Amino acid sequence: MTVHNIRHGDASDGAEAVGGRLSRVDGPAKITGAAKYAVEQQLEGLAYAVLVESTIASGKVRAIDTNAAEAAPGVLQVLTPDTIISLRTAADWFGTPPPDKPYCPLARDISFSGQHVAAVVAETFEQAVAAAALVKVSYDETPSIVDLSDAKAGDGIPIDAMTKEWGDAQGAFASAPVRICAAYNTPREYQAPMEPHGLIARWEGDQLTVWEPSQWLDGMARTYAEWFGVPFENVRLVSPYIGGGFGSKALALSHGAVAACAAKMLGRPVRLVMTRPQTFTGYGGRAATRQTVTIGADRQGKIQSIVHRGVNETSMDGMWVEPLGSVTSIMYATPNFSSRQNVVRVNSVMPGAMRAPGENPSAFGIESAIDELAYEVGIDPLEIRLRNYAEQDPHAKKAWSTRQLREAFATGAERFGWARRTSEPRSMRDGNQLIGWGVAAGTYPVRRAYGEAIVRILADGSVEVESSSIDMGQGTYTILAQTAAETVGVRADDVVVKLGDSRFPRAGVTGGSRLAGVMTGAVYKAATSALDQLVGLAISDPRSPFHALQANTLVVANGRIGSPRGDGPDVSIAELLKSVGRDHIEATGDTMPANSTPEDRYKNYTTIAMALPHTEGDYSRHSWCAHFIEVRVDEDFGTVRVSRVVSALDSGRLYNPKLAESQWKGGIIMGIGQALLEEGIVDRRHGRIVNNNLADYLVPTNADIPDIEVISVGIPDLHSSVLGGKGVGELAIVGVAPAIANAVFHATGKRVRDLPITLEKLI
Amino acid sequence: MRDFSYLRAASVDAARQAAALPGAMLLAGGTTLIDLAKCGVAEPETLVDITHLKGLNGIEVSERSAIIGALAKMGHVADHADIKSRFPAVSEALWQAASAQIRNMATIGGNLMQRTRCPYFRDPANFPACNKREPGSGCSAIGGVTKGHAVLGTSDACIAMYPGDLAVALVAFDAVVHLGQSQVPVDDFFLLPGTTPDREHAIEPGEMITAIEIPGSASARRSTYLKIRDRQSYEFAAASAAVGIEFEADGRTIRDLRVALGGVATKPWRARAVEDALKGKVLEPDAVRAASLLAVEGATDHGANHYKIELAPRVVARAILKMGETA
Repeated sequence: MTVHNIRHGDASDGAEAVGGRLSRVDGPAKITGAAKYAVEQQLEGLAYAVLVESTIASGKVRAIDTNAAEAAPGVLQVLTPDTIISLRTAADWFGTPPPDKPYCPLARDISFSGQHVAAVVAETFEQAVAAAALVKVSYDETPSIVDLSDAKAGDGIPIDAMTKEWGDAQGAFASAPVRICAAYNTPREYQAPMEPHGLIARWEGDQLTVWEPSQWLDGMARTYAEWFGVPFENVRLVSPYIGGGFGSKALALSHGAVAACAAKMLGRPVRLVMTRPQTFTGYGGRAATRQTVTIGADRQGKIQSIVHRGVNETSMDGMWVEPLGSVTSIMYATPNFSSRQNVVRVNSVMPGAMRAPGENPSAFGIESAIDELAYEVGIDPLEIRLRNYAEQDPHAKKAWSTRQLREAFATGAERFGWARRTSEPRSMRDGNQLIGWGVAAGTYPVRRAYGEAIVRILADGSVEVESSSIDMGQGTYTILAQTAAETVGVRADDVVVKLGDSRFPRAGVTGGSRLAGVMTGAVYKAATSALDQLVGLAISDPRSPFHALQANTLVVANGRIGSPRGDGPDVSIAELLKSVGRDHIEATGDTMPANSTPEDRYKNYTTIAMALPHTEGDYSRHSWCAHFIEVRVDEDFGTVRVSRVVSALDSGRLYNPKLAESQWKGGIIMGIGQALLEEGIVDRRHGRIVNNNLADYLVPTNADIPDIEVISVGIPDLHSSVLGGKGVGELAIVGVAPAIANAVFHATGKRVRDLPITLEKLI
Repeated sequence: MRDFSYLRAASVDAARQAAALPGAMLLAGGTTLIDLAKCGVAEPETLVDITHLKGLNGIEVSERSAIIGALAKMGHVADHADIKSRFPAVSEALWQAASAQIRNMATIGGNLMQRTRCPYFRDPANFPACNKREPGSGCSAIGGVTKGHAVLGTSDACIAMYPGDLAVALVAFDAVVHLGQSQVPVDDFFLLPGTTPDREHAIEPGEMITAIEIPGSASARRSTYLKIRDRQSYEFAAASAAVGIEFEADGRTIRDLRVALGGVATKPWRARAVEDALKGKVLEPDAVRAASLLAVEGATDHGANHYKIELAPRVVARAILKMGETA
């Protein structure tokens, strides 16, 4: 565990209390290399595993010839479906009881190219790589369904739970004076974290320790425990730092099972790290989607009906639903609405969560369509959004907890200079560059779950916080230090936050932008309780210097204790603890409902079954944003460059504006990549992604990113969290792609409805 | 990556001798070789390290020519003041190639030996058929994902694109590759795939690039490299053009014109038809655009790469017109 010393970076570093612009406390450790990531652990006797993947997309493994690999230098074992130990099937992340059948992380039945079929373990990584290339797998191949556009794919499976309908959407559309209808497509996209997936697994008896980057220690520990049939407490997940997750590191995956099996079979710790190409097939990126958005409106642009149909792809044996109607159903007021969704099975790895799953592609559909409607009726794209402003949640029919979207539109437009926009496409130009200005809104629900934390006040007056939640760069270490510091009354420098170990108090998944709200709440409660104990001791313990003061309460600030009126003693926390003979004070806090049973707690932290709906009670809770984006399109070459971004965002109260702004900008940058660059390209004959590396799967470089201005328009929302924050991490990517597509239309007069907007679509 | 032996060459001659042995490969910056070894494409038995050899990293620029040592780093050449002033297209091609990290490692000699980025070439486990890797095994790219494949200089055996930038500028200005005593024009150094796509360079085992020489000229002095791509940095060209121009004393009539294309052909592609059509003419936008269409004469597409045939002439025209404006 690395202890973070808080150092102040620049003049923008501000107050250390909640809401202050404290720099990331883990920053120096990461920049200097002191931060040790999961697979950097140096363990005695470590062996190295390398995966062998299927080279067909559909069929069966006929035979695996391991002779050459087994004879290769340094090889310790070759795992195949026949030789790997049998596991039990684990419950999914909802905690659904699994079928009572064995689970084999190496496949005999192949349903996608890149599926794990074997693994080689050797004394060195290089030996394992060399031997893995010698494993010969033969197949009986069957025809595959490549993707959504495959003629064999069909219409898919209707997902009734996704259906949202009110009024008479079809009838209202038929009689609407203005009607638009268009199809919007997004391709397979990949999280592409800097740190590839990997782990070290070590068994000691029936105790398993796994060092693995994780967005959810307790959920992954449960999965390992169920696979191997050992008690949950026997599995320890360690993940102090994560080199980017974006949704892809929340679940224990088959490569983890392979490594843990190998470690058990060998009796040695085993490290397995995916190669970059393997990260494109070892787990799922964002599912490819297709949407049809139909809007009926009056001639003033007032929406009368929205009919939405969505399709996303999933794998042959898994069910991934990317909720495509999530933004469609709440962004605009409409008396008539219908959204339905199908899921289509294709020969691909099961898609997974990637920054704002559902909301992201959903917004690309509706926020492009509303722009098309604006041009159809001849109304400014910002004005049409205000004319159709939803004053309450149109689907849940509940009041918004807070919705500063009107403020976001107004503030963003003012900062961007939207009023100077000329509405005609191709009306703004600079030499060969066509200039376009686009706007789009975004939203993300406030997902709420549970967490717990320990806060200790130590003998030296410092404060320690422990939680099994994690920091994947979003700032958990920092905001929890700020929360504990403010609540107890010490400086943030004097708080040490320890995260990323499943032996610490539990936490649910870090996903859906829920962690900050949950964990600041838990730390606030634990710290309040610790403070109460401290003050209680100071008032009541006969050995305390405050005992004679007969005060009802005391004030703790900057690590010192005094009376509210300033009379009487003034001592440090350390001096007080010494005087009363205590070496520490400890308190646990959580955000669970009172009277929760141990079973409730286990289920809350190891599944997502108990998460609170964002429309629970009287309110509908969401974060909101508006993006204003300028693009420059070279008329001859079709190249699109984003030249200006102004985004106004409502994430409620910000626990640390500097870190929130950083996350928003990260989301916007990822949205620029989605809009212009990112696409998994499939060879249709082989069902295989061919651009499976970071030279060919393009994410933005610094050169692609202009100055980005982000403005907070949020207000504290106490319906959403204990301290008033809403979600930050996923919000800002939502709406970026349609804002860019709308800007490209304004620049060129061409409406691109298939992401990414690459040059060949514009020349 | 399989085990290999490592040999540190004591001299250029020793390096040449060692590299002549079967399975031996020269190691300079390693940015291509290590990458291809990881992919399972390159499987050297011996690496002959030449990075420490003296006298091979010089950059000498005179009125007559530039002579760039084979071990000069891409980054150094790009930033060299005389290269920038006398051969701007060379500097610009290097600046727009790869990433800063790669440019700081990769050498000029190694740059000329860069292999194609064809995804089928780079993935032997999944695509055993590749005439470039295994002569006679077939071409997996034809009929596959061809967005980045060549439209010029292709054959039935191979449509892999030459991905580099520097050599496009070199071929425009008649640079010569020094292989010790012998010299080969860059245009001849790169081979068309024809029926032998496995043979990409006119270099024999036991030969080693020691330097490249670029003749100085008025057109090289007034030159540019224009690279078009979706991503602003660290992406191979959708299409690129190296263009140099020299005017008659009237400042309008084209005396000399050099045009070469990148990102569209199986080798750095000199577009002499464009040059010939405009030499002796007054530089005029419509004439430039019409002549630029000759750059893709004879081009054939494989579906997804059709856009390159549209794009390349526009890139050529923009580059020529830009050079005309800076009179």
